[in-house]
Amino acid sequence: MRAPSSTAKGPERLTRWLVTLPPTLFLVVFFLVPALIMAAASFREPGEFGGLAPLAGHPPTLEAYRFVADPIYFRILAKSFAVAGLTTLLCLLLAYPLALLIARSPKGRRNVLVLLVILPFASNLLIRVYAWIIILGPLNLLYSPEAVIAGMVYVHLPFMILPLYTNLEKHDPALLEAAQDLGADAWTRFRRVTLPLSLPGILSGSALVFIPVLGMFAIPELLGGTGDILIGNLIKEQFLDNRDWPLGATLSILLTVAVLGVAAVSAAFTRKAAP
Amino acid sequence: MRRGAFLWAAALTAYAFLYLPLAVVVLFSFNDSELNASWVGFTTRWYTKLLSDDTMLHAAGNSLFIAAVSSTVATVLGTMAGIAMQRWRPRFLPFLVLTPVAMPEILLGVSLLLFFRQVLDLTLGLFSILAAHITFSIGFVAIIVRARLAGMDESIFEAARDLGASPWRTFVRVTFPLILPGIVAGFLMAFTLSIDDFVITFFVAGVGVTTLPLQIYSMIKVAVTPEVNAVSTLLMGLTLTLIALATRFAPETLKGAR
Amino acid sequence: MALLEIRKVTKRFGQLEAVKDVSIAVEAGEFFTLLGPSGCGKTTILRMIAGFDAPDEGKLFLDGKPLAGIPPEKRPIHTVFQSYALFPHLTVAGNIAFPLEMAGKSRDEIRRRVGETLELVHLADKGGAYPHELSGGQKQRVALGRGLVNRPRLLLLDEPLGALDAKLRERMQVELIALQREVGITFVFVTHAQQEALALSHRIAVMRDGRVEQMDVPEALYSSPRNRFVADFIGNINLIDVEVRHSGHQGLQLAAAGLGEISAPPLPEAMEGARGTLALRPEHIRLTHPSEKPELKNHFVGTIREYLYLGDVTVYKVALDNDVVLEALATNGAPGRARFHEIGDRVNVAWRHDAGAFLNR
Repeated sequence: MRAPSSTAKGPERLTRWLVTLPPTLFLVVFFLVPALIMAAASFREPGEFGGLAPLAGHPPTLEAYRFVADPIYFRILAKSFAVAGLTTLLCLLLAYPLALLIARSPKGRRNVLVLLVILPFASNLLIRVYAWIIILGPLNLLYSPEAVIAGMVYVHLPFMILPLYTNLEKHDPALLEAAQDLGADAWTRFRRVTLPLSLPGILSGSALVFIPVLGMFAIPELLGGTGDILIGNLIKEQFLDNRDWPLGATLSILLTVAVLGVAAVSAAFTRKAAP
Repeated sequence: MRRGAFLWAAALTAYAFLYLPLAVVVLFSFNDSELNASWVGFTTRWYTKLLSDDTMLHAAGNSLFIAAVSSTVATVLGTMAGIAMQRWRPRFLPFLVLTPVAMPEILLGVSLLLFFRQVLDLTLGLFSILAAHITFSIGFVAIIVRARLAGMDESIFEAARDLGASPWRTFVRVTFPLILPGIVAGFLMAFTLSIDDFVITFFVAGVGVTTLPLQIYSMIKVAVTPEVNAVSTLLMGLTLTLIALATRFAPETLKGAR
Repeated sequence: MALLEIRKVTKRFGQLEAVKDVSIAVEAGEFFTLLGPSGCGKTTILRMIAGFDAPDEGKLFLDGKPLAGIPPEKRPIHTVFQSYALFPHLTVAGNIAFPLEMAGKSRDEIRRRVGETLELVHLADKGGAYPHELSGGQKQRVALGRGLVNRPRLLLLDEPLGALDAKLRERMQVELIALQREVGITFVFVTHAQQEALALSHRIAVMRDGRVEQMDVPEALYSSPRNRFVADFIGNINLIDVEVRHSGHQGLQLAAAGLGEISAPPLPEAMEGARGTLALRPEHIRLTHPSEKPELKNHFVGTIREYLYLGDVTVYKVALDNDVVLEALATNGAPGRARFHEIGDRVNVAWRHDAGAFLNR
């Protein structure tokens, strides 16, 4: 005689559905569906006064994609990647010593130090950009690519510090002692023990900086000159200024693909670094 | 120890880098000058100007209302999601919950704009903002609640059943009290995210409704006056308090955070 | 009628058969132990008794009534978990009161019973403490108290002493025996530590790979193991390959290569010509100086290869002349002397004619 493999399956199933359904439903409606709509919109024609033209009489088209194949768009995308890459690198260089210091501090002090890192994060994106406006303005350094980079690094630094710290904190101090015991000096210990072990943290932090920077528009708009627009600005233009939604949608799909690509690369590296 | 000194110097530079710009903003909010160029004298007139600025007050009111409602809904849905992800490991929920948190905000904003206008033909306003805020906050709450659950000895839930508690009573008497700090922290984080949000709100707010960050944005574009410093300082103070509170309730907030 | 009856129960997880056709009857008031290496199925059986898993075949009965379909919270069975599973947000008193609250007892009764139980487990002054403030042994006792306060028909214990250090573990074993005898509740105890099982139990079921190899009182398991696995798992044992020369109701005559004849206790199933193993406990072997006259039936000569000094006893490894190496245990009866024999000494190796057991496999 086969008995059910758990003594109370019915109510358990019901509970599972009751708890899982509401958030799933909400996110499907307000996240998944809009994402699919976006993909579909990239194949539509722009409406006369903006938005999308009605489907009747305006069949799906690759017009927007052809438009985007223009090298000027890829140049902007490439520039966005460059800015993201540079920002990530600078964040890494600034964040690593700080994260290392916090991780090596005695336990009680650590939480305070981490909190001190998070608190500036508590401010609004605009406030952090604004701070740079009033600093660079009088110095006549505003509206330049350097200003944009400075702003990007400043806004995203905490996103690099936290994952790095989380990783570094888990390092077993005994490993470093063992290395020292076996004859390694401080630099070698860092290079051969700490650095490799921190790779997952580096990757995680890099992804958390690179991806949002790719999509930023506020910082280039407020801190950069006319030549400094990135793909985020383009998207914003299409949706709010020009109202050419299919083009905007296409650019968004482009950005999405770029982001997915970065995420996939990061995931692959993470799997290699910490199997 | 030479290496220790290097670390300290680098760390201090980083901290200075983080705080000085903001310190400048706060400082100059008390500056008795129209320009943010040099220090003239101490005054609180910019704050008084704020309090009589109707648009600003209206924006603040909107922001608070939106934050309160969206964080409440996000907390409920996010707690459910966090419990579900830890307990039953459903296959698609993590993707749905975590992607809005991980992807560039502009994509979320733009797709919601399309969705509301093109599909639902809804005028952008309070509802669209609320929906958008809830969508990205659910992930934060879920991460915190799940982290809290994961940190617990799993057998205590079985122990409760074993000792006579039905699944419902197990939840009420054991699970819920233990994740409550996480729920509170999640609520506070969601509130902060909502109050502070600019990018997504920018796309889904439409013409009629304004929030504090949107107001700040237009002010920055028009003119750089110390009023902006003042409202920034106030906003910073608020979110600072909320985040500090959140980390008191649940230290996991730091780990699971962006 | 047995208190708990497990009747021909099988449990599968996917392809793996964790429990294979197991039948066990536990009597009321017993301290019953499921003993075996990890993966033998003992914890699975415990979970089925508690109600967290259901058997794929077979049934379980409590007081003669089937347990199928009854969820864990409705069974009058409580568990002491390996990790103690104390509720971190409740005090010690709160933890112990929990099952009483679930059972709907009045506040006065709860207070009274919690107080009694705290006394019972020697934690009377710790009622207001929280689990994270307690030591391992104290947490253990709270878990015990929590499982007993409601007077369940059966208490299940899943390797509860595993996380304790050696001395504490010994102390808790003594306390457990006293507790069980005093309270009179039937215990079903799971462990892989055979010494613990021998010390605590009225009866033991030795399990391997989902089956019960032998179920008996500790003395019988120790002195009359039914097969190599049980013999080797419980205590230390010497295993010598032998062949049956003669089988009668006086005893067995066995032949071991190079050793000649060995006398062993009778075993009716043993047939002449059968090959098997002689299982001999180290403490049954007597080592004497070669000049002393051998008194016991089985006597041989050997050389001391090595020894292991354990304080109260010394274990000697003796190589017999046919290269069979036996372990012999000798108590260090005289204070000051660490051992009686040195490496390289020639000794008489002897044991009684009714020591040891012949195993077919």
